[in-house]
Amino acid sequence: MGILEAVLLTIITAATPLLLAAIGELVTERSGVLNLGVEGMMIIGAIAGFAFAQMTGNPYLGTLAGAILGALFSLFFGFLVLTLVTNQYATGLALTILGLGLSGLWGEAYIGVPGIKLQPVAIPLLSEIPFFGPLFFKQDILFYISIGLVCAVSYFLFRTNAGLKLRAVGDNHHSAHALGVNVIAVRYMAVMFGGACAGLAGAHLSLVYTPQWVENMSAGRGWIALALVVFASWRPYRVLSGAYLFGAVGIAQLHAQALGIGIPSQFLSALPYIATVVVLVLISRNRRLTLINTPATLGKGFVPDR
Amino acid sequence: MGRVLPTGQEDQELLLSTRGLTKTFGDLVANDALDLDIRKGEIHALLGENGAGKSTLVKMLYGSLQPDSGSIIWRGKETSIANPAAARHLGIGMVFQHFSLFEALTVADNILISTDNPVSRQRIAQDAERLAQSYGLPLNTRSYVGDLSVGERQRVEIVRCLLQNPQLIILDEPTSVLTPQEAEGLFETLLRLRAEGCSVLYISHRLDEVKALCDRATVLRHGKMIGECDPAEETAASLAAMMVGAQVEKVERDHDGALEAAGEVLLELSDAGLEPESPFAVRLRNLVLQVRSGEIVGIAGVAGNGQSELFRLISGEVSAPHDQIKIRGKQAGGLGVNGRRRLGAAFVPEERLGHGAVPDMTLSENLLLSRHASDRVAFQRFGPLGVVWKSMLTEAMTRICDAMDVRKSTADPAASALSGGNLQKFIVGRELDRQPSILVVNQPTWGVDAGAAQHIRKALVDLAKSGSAILMISQDLDEIFEIADRILVIDDGSLREAGAASKVTREEVGMLMGGATAGMRTSTPSSEENHAH
Repeated sequence: MGILEAVLLTIITAATPLLLAAIGELVTERSGVLNLGVEGMMIIGAIAGFAFAQMTGNPYLGTLAGAILGALFSLFFGFLVLTLVTNQYATGLALTILGLGLSGLWGEAYIGVPGIKLQPVAIPLLSEIPFFGPLFFKQDILFYISIGLVCAVSYFLFRTNAGLKLRAVGDNHHSAHALGVNVIAVRYMAVMFGGACAGLAGAHLSLVYTPQWVENMSAGRGWIALALVVFASWRPYRVLSGAYLFGAVGIAQLHAQALGIGIPSQFLSALPYIATVVVLVLISRNRRLTLINTPATLGKGFVPDR
Repeated sequence: MGRVLPTGQEDQELLLSTRGLTKTFGDLVANDALDLDIRKGEIHALLGENGAGKSTLVKMLYGSLQPDSGSIIWRGKETSIANPAAARHLGIGMVFQHFSLFEALTVADNILISTDNPVSRQRIAQDAERLAQSYGLPLNTRSYVGDLSVGERQRVEIVRCLLQNPQLIILDEPTSVLTPQEAEGLFETLLRLRAEGCSVLYISHRLDEVKALCDRATVLRHGKMIGECDPAEETAASLAAMMVGAQVEKVERDHDGALEAAGEVLLELSDAGLEPESPFAVRLRNLVLQVRSGEIVGIAGVAGNGQSELFRLISGEVSAPHDQIKIRGKQAGGLGVNGRRRLGAAFVPEERLGHGAVPDMTLSENLLLSRHASDRVAFQRFGPLGVVWKSMLTEAMTRICDAMDVRKSTADPAASALSGGNLQKFIVGRELDRQPSILVVNQPTWGVDAGAAQHIRKALVDLAKSGSAILMISQDLDEIFEIADRILVIDDGSLREAGAASKVTREEVGMLMGGATAGMRTSTPSSEENHAH
């Protein structure tokens, strides 16, 4: 295995959780709900994945548990912001704090316990291709899921009627309601999809990235995922490239430290956010781009009249 | 066509009726036992003031609200309309007042989302374009709605509605956002639909339109059905009287007397101009204008010819060279809004929610916002601390509401909780309460019901009588002729003097609005006797 191949492999591993969490959050935000609790849902997915893998001895069941608990945790968020119409920003922040706390409580028993790794699944024939084979076709299942989700979400949003409804709800909930779209139901589903994806991202951390339980192991990746959605201006394929770019920056930071290169690591960790700000400035200069891609009702509660 | 029929007699002709339809919100009975009858192939007007319950009624007919009691009978059979999809399935289509369109989606997607049976985007785009073509409503299904003009957006709504082959189309105040030409196009479409046997339920404030277009009218007042009539046999005044429950009188004004008695110049623009701030704004050029004490000057014009720019220029939302604008003889071009207000000017912008008032703030808070600087002493105390004097504020708010007859549900509601007419009365009253020597008002009665409009116009006339100078920008020619003493026309950012209201005809003003370059620009208003043709 060459150096380049090894570096690329680490980038893919670093990017996958970002991609999973971001593609879920993208769907949530496209429906007009801003869930700032990605970090919290992710860490819940991480501990749930780890704990269930330990209990059952099966990392796949752990992965599934991560997704389910992530979705359930986001359902709680959904109940607060959709049914009780609480402030989305405050509730999302609370969800992050709650998730970090709960996971710490639950995970106390698992500190130092050796983890079970989700093993790579080689795809016959394709994984034999030199260089590309081991990179793209000899990966864990979550990598395949993450790529599949990007394609599926893009197709869903822009090619299906249900996706159209979801975008419509995000653009103008009053109009959607007037046309008979069930705004709240659509948003519940979008929120739960986002939660499940964040849960998968967390499971990736505790079952693939570093197969063990460490408190606060999400380490700010939920925030990077949130920034990534904006960076990608709410387009699925841009989330894909953005995730790998941000993942590469994260890896570059490690290598730069190891090699003693004179770039402060703090600067590199800030890079994704700086890039996001730059993208925000660029897209807000173009009224049309903003109009078409930014969900206009993002962060706004909706109360149907009856 | 048999027009004056008693209700419920010709059942075979009826397309839709309601019997005892009732809807309450809390204590408010929005619809009280309504019996509406719509026949096949008629254009049926639904009239009523703001808050009379028209929107509630049509929302129930379209399934977005559920009635508390009463029944809806569709083609002779009692039906319940559970949701908009059910209404569309029955053959009821709706064109909303505040369009139910999605700016971030293309026209095709906007149409696709309201179709209930699965079709491909291409199919629907083709169908829509063909249908639009056949009605003479050109439509590009690939454009984003956010890029379309208001008239084009309405076209999308109408095409979207027609694609479902409805038997009844409900239009909620369709012309309030259209230019006269666009409205004309809409009327042709509606008449053609009627000829094809489709029924139309038409809600509008514009009584002339209703008279010209509609076969029958149902009048609502305070949620109750007042009666049915044939609008062609009524006058605009008698229709308004039914809506309001009292005779709506035109405001009396002695225009020539006012011009003769007019005193010193209080507001003056000398060769003022404004460069456009955005690609959509109009450039203002060589504006010369004098408004004297005691006179009402009306500025007529087709929407989008620089009215909002002119308002911004005079109100101080944009600054100008200091000497181009004079308020009570003092140079004011460089002053901001508050500086000009302190000189005794007052401003009422066109847009009530968002510009004239903060929607989510209460009336007293909105009062403080507009007058915090010009009436600092009245509402704030402890000198530099500027602590809000709550009781004075509440008192002033109550005083304004009483003076202007603002109807509100709680003592100090949020601005957005008021109906358009009531909020407009409050916003105008907020300025009148100061007894300003200059009042600049843009579209004082836009989208306001007849009763409230009359109240506002009367208040403006009274203010002029007390010696103030009033500049009224309005797109409503009737309103201009009713209260303005002198008329100017704004066309493509330039002002043209049309003359004294008693001397100039509507046709002449109309010609100027259309950009005719009649030799009417003279310095003194009293010498207007020339004609455009």
